[in-house]
Amino acid sequence: MNDASDSSTESPAEAFRAGARATLPLIIGAIPFGILFGTLAGPSGLSVAATLAMSLIVFAGSAQFIALGLLAGGAGIGVIVATTFVVNLRHLLYSAALVERVKSLPQRWRVPMAFWLTDETFAAVSNRLLTHERDPNPHWFYLGSALAMYTNWQLCTWLGVALGELFPDMTNWGLDFAMSVTFIGMVAPYLRSRPMWLCVITAAAMAMATWQLPHKLGLIVAALCAIAVGYSAHRLERARLEAPL
Amino acid sequence: MNELALITGMFLVTFGTRYLLWGTAGRFRFPPWMSDALGFVPPAVLTAIITPAVLVPDGQAPDISLANPYLLAALVALAVALWRRNLMLTIIVGMTLFMLLRWGLGLGG
Repeated sequence: MNDASDSSTESPAEAFRAGARATLPLIIGAIPFGILFGTLAGPSGLSVAATLAMSLIVFAGSAQFIALGLLAGGAGIGVIVATTFVVNLRHLLYSAALVERVKSLPQRWRVPMAFWLTDETFAAVSNRLLTHERDPNPHWFYLGSALAMYTNWQLCTWLGVALGELFPDMTNWGLDFAMSVTFIGMVAPYLRSRPMWLCVITAAAMAMATWQLPHKLGLIVAALCAIAVGYSAHRLERARLEAPL
Repeated sequence: MNELALITGMFLVTFGTRYLLWGTAGRFRFPPWMSDALGFVPPAVLTAIITPAVLVPDGQAPDISLANPYLLAALVALAVALWRRNLMLTIIVGMTLFMLLRWGLGLGG
């Protein structure tokens, strides 16, 4: 409660600093992935310029990672862009959660805020809004969080590229498995309900049934089937709960 | 590979999904069924990426055996992830085991 009254007198600069500070633990978690992205980009077939440009312009950690895996596997541009789209659909959820706070801001705020929307900044900002409901400067808090994330991501990409050039055989160290194990750690928290388990099992089975399709198209097929199965199971479960006993 | 086209395409779909709702200031809403379905997107996509990477590590033929270090380390990592739900711990255990299997025991080389 004290926090809430404090923040109502907070200046934009203070909100900005608070945003950067609140995002710090999440930034530390992102550091290894930024470095790994920069390191793996070259061996996956991306030029140094394109690697740096991707971090500057696309700025989407998991999509950038997945793009590398697909590039190394010989996927075409169409499949990589389609996969990026599917992976980034979660941004719709984040922006829907914040839209009431954002819609009164002018476009010169909305455009950069959208460009810098990430899992980490969403987590920091939604957490802040829980405790500072009447925050007059949530957009400055957001900006502080987003710029801290963005700066860190660029620095880590550069560092990774430099390390990759210093140790060209780093790709033989099994870093390709680092991506898989990271994704395993990201999937596990979802596995709390039967529909989620069915979704993941379908994704695995369909991915194995279609892995030989060209351009990694099987990825899209498997993901769409899994979403359909998970969502259907979710509907069935809810229908059963709502049915009169 | 046309890198300019790749980055432009990735930028458009990324910025598009981030900006759609804010740009239209909430006038565009999606129906509740779509928000429910969107919740399944991340685990579906990630699993569809992991499975072939682990079961077909050479991209040529599936290797579904415990002599496949990718598979063994992935199974252990999954168990740790479900048990502790700690991303950093999962990565450390998974990578350590993978390195041990690959270079300690010379599996899958």
